[in-house]
Amino acid sequence: MNTTNLISIQHFCTHYKVPITFITALQEYELVEITVTDNEHYLRTNQIYDLEKMIRLHYELHINLEGIDAIYNLLKQVESLQSQVKTLKNKLNSYEDL
Amino acid sequence: MAFIDYYSILGVTKKATEGDIKKAYRKLARKYHPDLNPNDKEAEQKFKEINEANEVLSNPENRKKYDDHGEHWQHAEAYEKAKQQQKQNAQQQTYQGDFGGYSESDFSDFFSATFGGSKAKGGRREAKFRGQDFNAKLELNLEDVYRSHKQTLTVNAKNIRITIPAGVENGQIIKIKGHGGKGVNGGPNGDLYIEFSIRNTTQFRRDGSNLYASVDLDIYKALLGGEITVDTIDGKVKLTVKPETQNGTKVKLTGKGFPKYKKEGQFGDLYVTYSIKMPVNLSAKEKELFTELSKLR
Repeated sequence: MNTTNLISIQHFCTHYKVPITFITALQEYELVEITVTDNEHYLRTNQIYDLEKMIRLHYELHINLEGIDAIYNLLKQVESLQSQVKTLKNKLNSYEDL
Repeated sequence: MAFIDYYSILGVTKKATEGDIKKAYRKLARKYHPDLNPNDKEAEQKFKEINEANEVLSNPENRKKYDDHGEHWQHAEAYEKAKQQQKQNAQQQTYQGDFGGYSESDFSDFFSATFGGSKAKGGRREAKFRGQDFNAKLELNLEDVYRSHKQTLTVNAKNIRITIPAGVENGQIIKIKGHGGKGVNGGPNGDLYIEFSIRNTTQFRRDGSNLYASVDLDIYKALLGGEITVDTIDGKVKLTVKPETQNGTKVKLTGKGFPKYKKEGQFGDLYVTYSIKMPVNLSAKEKELFTELSKLR
């Protein structure tokens, strides 16, 4: 399997100074996906941005995993609503410009 | 440079205990943390202020200095210098803590003047964090985003050459990886987010990749039909008007709209609405002929 877009969990946790149990706990909440290849556990690199956010929420703001789960889902809704607002604003502007 | 009341930023009194400050900081940080307030500049600014206040008030050494000199911070530097000269062998004060992924620019001038540097003693986790993300706004005309083109931007005194893709939307944000703030403790650089502000001074109304325009039609062309020339965003096209065309009739010009974002070679449509103009200032002859016509129906 091509591991170009994967980062080993061991490496990730050393780099970010977080315990591996934190990543496995996130997986239990379906907040990250772990890929297993040749008995090695990996994360997809495109998950790093979200993971950094979760690390900050947990270690800086002391939010527990249930909280992160709730926040993560609400943030997705916020982003979707922001995108809708932007589209609607553009539509409205085009009528106001007439 | 104005005096900053760190106590009021955290909403605590000068008598607040370390615990009170910690509690107030955590509460406000949860409220204004950028991760919890995406695309909210006000919250981002507020969070920086809260962070700065916490850096000062949560550290007994910094808090003392702030309490001693805060209101008269302009004199703090001179005072410290004099004190240091008196104690030639005294240890130099250095402020080199980690600060949770926030860069020098996140501190106020007041903080730098009072505490002599960008970072206060923090005792935070020394993890490697991505650098701060930068945000920039780029104003363009609608015609500018009709075709993909390269443009050089200056962000934080650095020139960056980027490709602006055709069909980009007003308010759309694109990410330029690695062009944000420097990483903390060897972490990767942050990203640069560019928000496009597209001015539309054309006659076309845009909705995604579709364009809308109104075209005036004289009564004779509307009644008898004929050929007209219509402006599109990419030039002029000839259009055949059907006889007995009604006011408000819409015509779709397939593929004459705006480019579809990141779909090379694909275009939206142009919708033309006919607006039939009635003749004014009729001559006696015209009136006579119209009267005659009216009698025929």
